Parts: sequence; C-alpha cells; structure tokens
Amino acid sequence: MSGDDSVPTREVSQRAFAAEFNDASYTFKESDDDRAPVYALLPTAEKANRVFFVGTLTETDDVGEDNEYWQGRIVDPTGTFFVYAGQYQPEAASALRELEPPAYVAVVGKPRTYETDDGSITVSVRPESITTVDAATRDRWVAETAERTLDRIEAFDDEANEYARMAHEQYGDDPSAYAETVASALESLDGDGSVPTDDTADAPVDGNPQA
Amino acid sequence: MTELQTHAAEIAAQFSDHIDVETDEIEQRLDQVVSEYKIPINEARRTVTNSLLDEADIDRDALGRGGAETVLVGEIDQDEQWVDVTVKVADLWEPRSDSISQVGLVGDESGRIKFVAFETSELDELEEGASYKLGNVVTDEYQGDYSIKLNRTTTITELDEEVEVGDSTTTVEGALVDVQSGSGLIKRCPEEGCTRVLQNGRCSEHGEVDGEFDLRIKAVLDDGHEVQDVIFNREATEELTGIGLEDAKQQAQDALDTSVVADGIRTDILGRYYGVTGPTLGRYVLANEFEQLDRPTDTDTVLTKARSLQ
Repeated sequence: MSGDDSVPTREVSQRAFAAEFNDASYTFKESDDDRAPVYALLPTAEKANRVFFVGTLTETDDVGEDNEYWQGRIVDPTGTFFVYAGQYQPEAASALRELEPPAYVAVVGKPRTYETDDGSITVSVRPESITTVDAATRDRWVAETAERTLDRIEAFDDEANEYARMAHEQYGDDPSAYAETVASALESLDGDGSVPTDDTADAPVDGNPQA
Repeated sequence: MTELQTHAAEIAAQFSDHIDVETDEIEQRLDQVVSEYKIPINEARRTVTNSLLDEADIDRDALGRGGAETVLVGEIDQDEQWVDVTVKVADLWEPRSDSISQVGLVGDESGRIKFVAFETSELDELEEGASYKLGNVVTDEYQGDYSIKLNRTTTITELDEEVEVGDSTTTVEGALVDVQSGSGLIKRCPEEGCTRVLQNGRCSEHGEVDGEFDLRIKAVLDDGHEVQDVIFNREATEELTGIGLEDAKQQAQDALDTSVVADGIRTDILGRYYGVTGPTLGRYVLANEFEQLDRPTDTDTVLTKARSLQ
C-alpha cells in the first residue's frame, strides 16, 4: 500500500482567466467508471476538475422555474464567468441570493459544459463556495492566474505533456492569444495594484468595478 | 582484503547485532562452498547467511534485507522498509491499547515521526529527552502519514551526545479553498491522554463520553500547483477569525446548533490568500504563524514574459 493510493488526493484548483475558461469546451474522463471525475481541458493544455477564481459579481438572477436556480455573472479583466447554483449547492445558492452586486467574490467550483440548441457549447461553473473578498485578494488572483497561464503556455509544446497533445488536437497549435489575454489582464492592474477606473478598453462594459 | 574477506565482513556486520560470529569463521564457510562445491559467490553468501539464520534461530527479516539503511526520519516515504534511525525522544504519549508498550514522537535534524513499540517485543523503554540509535525499525504508513514500528529485533543504543531535533518548519502559501468537516466548534474525548474528536458524542476508543469543547480549523491551501492541508488550533483559530471558545459556545447555544460556528468561519476565510508557517505533522502543516497575503507588489516581470509569448 503506497501513500498515493490510500489517500485520494484533492484536485488542484486551476487558475484561468474567463476568456480562456469559456473556451474550455472539450471535456473528458480518465477512466470508464461512471463516477470518475469529468475534466474540462483548458486551451493552454491542463485538465481542470476544479477552478478557483476571483472577480466582480455584477448580477444575480433566479432563473429557476419550480425551484430556485441562481445564476451569477462574475467578471474578471478578460471576460465573464457564469456560475449556476441550485438546491444541490445550498451554500453557494444562498450566497447568490443574499449578495448585493457589485461585490468582489472568490469562487471554488467545478467546470460544467452545456450544449445549446444551436449546437454550440457553453462553459459554466458549479460553485462549491462563493465568498466576498477584498480588492487585494482580487488583484492577487489576477497576478497568480497570469503566472499559471504563462506556465501552461510555456509547456504547450512539451511532448511529454499528454494534455498538450490533447489541446493541440482539440483547440489547435497556437495558444499565443491567451498570452495576450494575460498581458491585458496585468495591464488592468495599475501601479498600486488596484483596478483603474479610467481605462475600460480591455474590460467588458459591465465588468469594471468602481471600487 | 580478498573478495571473500569483504563478503565475510559484510555478513558478519549483518549478524553483529544478533549473534556472536567471527569474520574468520564466515570466511571459512564461504571458502568451503566456493572452493569445494564451486558455487558462485552470490549463491554462497545466500547459503552461508541462511545457515547462520537457521543456527541462531532468527528471522530473515531481522537482518533487514542485507543491513538496514540509516535514514533521516524526514526521508521516510515508503511502507515496510527496514531502517536505522538516530533520534531523540521528543514526546511520549499514553498508549491507547494494552498491546502497545510505548508510543510517541522521535526526531532528528529532518523533523519528527511517530513511533510505536509493542509489549510483545519486550524492548527496553525509551526515555523522553534521551537520544538513541534505533537499529532495525520498520516503516509504516497510514493514510499518507508515516511512522516507525519497533520490533523484537530492534536494537536500542542510548547515545551520549544529544540528537538535534529539527522542527521541520515549513511555510506554505495559497488560496484557502476548503474548510473541511471537523472544523469549528468540536468536542474532544476527556479521557486521560485521549484527545480524539467525538463523532455524535462518541469517542472511537472510549464510547459515549461527556466531551470537552475545543475550536480548530482544518483547511486546504491551494496555489494552483499543489494543495496543502493546514490545521489551526484553538489559539490560531481565535487569532484568524476573532472568535474565541466562549463566543463560539454562545453562538452555538443561540442557534441550538454547533455548525453555525464553522459556517461563520467559512464565510470569513474561504477564498482569501494566506501564508502559513509551522511544523509539519503527517500531511498537515500546523499553523503556528500565519498572515493574510496582500496584493501583489511586482507584476512587471510577468507582464514582460506575457508579451514575449504572444
């Protein structure tokens, strides 16, 4: 019995900007077991069973019909994460019910994909937790996510990286657009690390927190 | 030394803790099987070793597969290895079972590890604070945590010089992504020496008991590369959340539910970045010191790199 087998290791929460995460439409399993975890493949070549992100909650909406089903829009410097929480995510659902946008929030959750009627695939997050945080935490996440994304881009052509092979196949050979995303995200942090209020060029219209 | 003498010396060393046998005698025996019976030297070693084991009526395991390796406790990362360690007894605990004669922590420069000695092994007792060379102990693993087991063949040599115990202090940083069950206001078994956390008012060793309240947080720090389990004890929990044991008891009493305490803690700390420093024990880092991490100071190098990768 080795340590690796006896303790199921918790999956690392991947860091990706919304612009990349929303492109992660390819999902796969690593075993045939029904309960095997489903991974989203990030375009910069990493498997993600769990993600952690921090952004500005700009809107919440109960989109459920019979039961409460909360949608939240959470914006980072590159785009919008969509989170959905219903009766099986009671803590996250009650957070979305009670939070007053705009607010900085940190989310831990699982990637989910959904095929729309026109056949396109949308990527969203099923949150495990949503908590309010401060601007410093948001900025730290931006810087950290920038670094992690660049790490992945640098390993993109590593032949030993099986997720890189998969990403080449699913998303093509050029991840440089995500390096551009990283640069624009970092540029949105101004000198003291706070979000600029006078330069909204790279940020979504509804995503610039006036904090 | 001839090749035969070298082999003889090695075999003698293996047996030196167990029986009184001279290198000369072993050499003669080796010579006999090699010269007279034309047996290859490796096979000869095996034959001589086995006959010595038989004569002395000792178990092959006792030799630790050709002499146990001397290791630092921090290097132990495999189950069922026979090793020698040079350690100081850092802590002795109350054995929880009649079959255990001693249990506690021993340490060396690399850190500390749990040890267990069994009644059936009939070993001399270790003294807290004393330093020993422990020959031929077996490593054990439970849920990713390693320990060493003393056994009948273990040799205990008290040392004059004191072994320095490293505190194996590490610092980990990351986003706090989970507060695990067993966090918040908990009850511990009040039995002497038992501090087990009760499940539904029951101790897994002592059954139904009147527990004593305590506060702690078991959390997960995640930096996007690795996850690390951390534990905040009562004092650290109070410092982190501002909630003391009495406040927590009051909260639970008002809500008629202890889980409100953990819920409040989750809201306060999930999603923030922390740096935690403390000793590692098993898979946990104990949060002796911690700080919430502030905004990044320098992102220029990352930005330059991002531009170069476009």
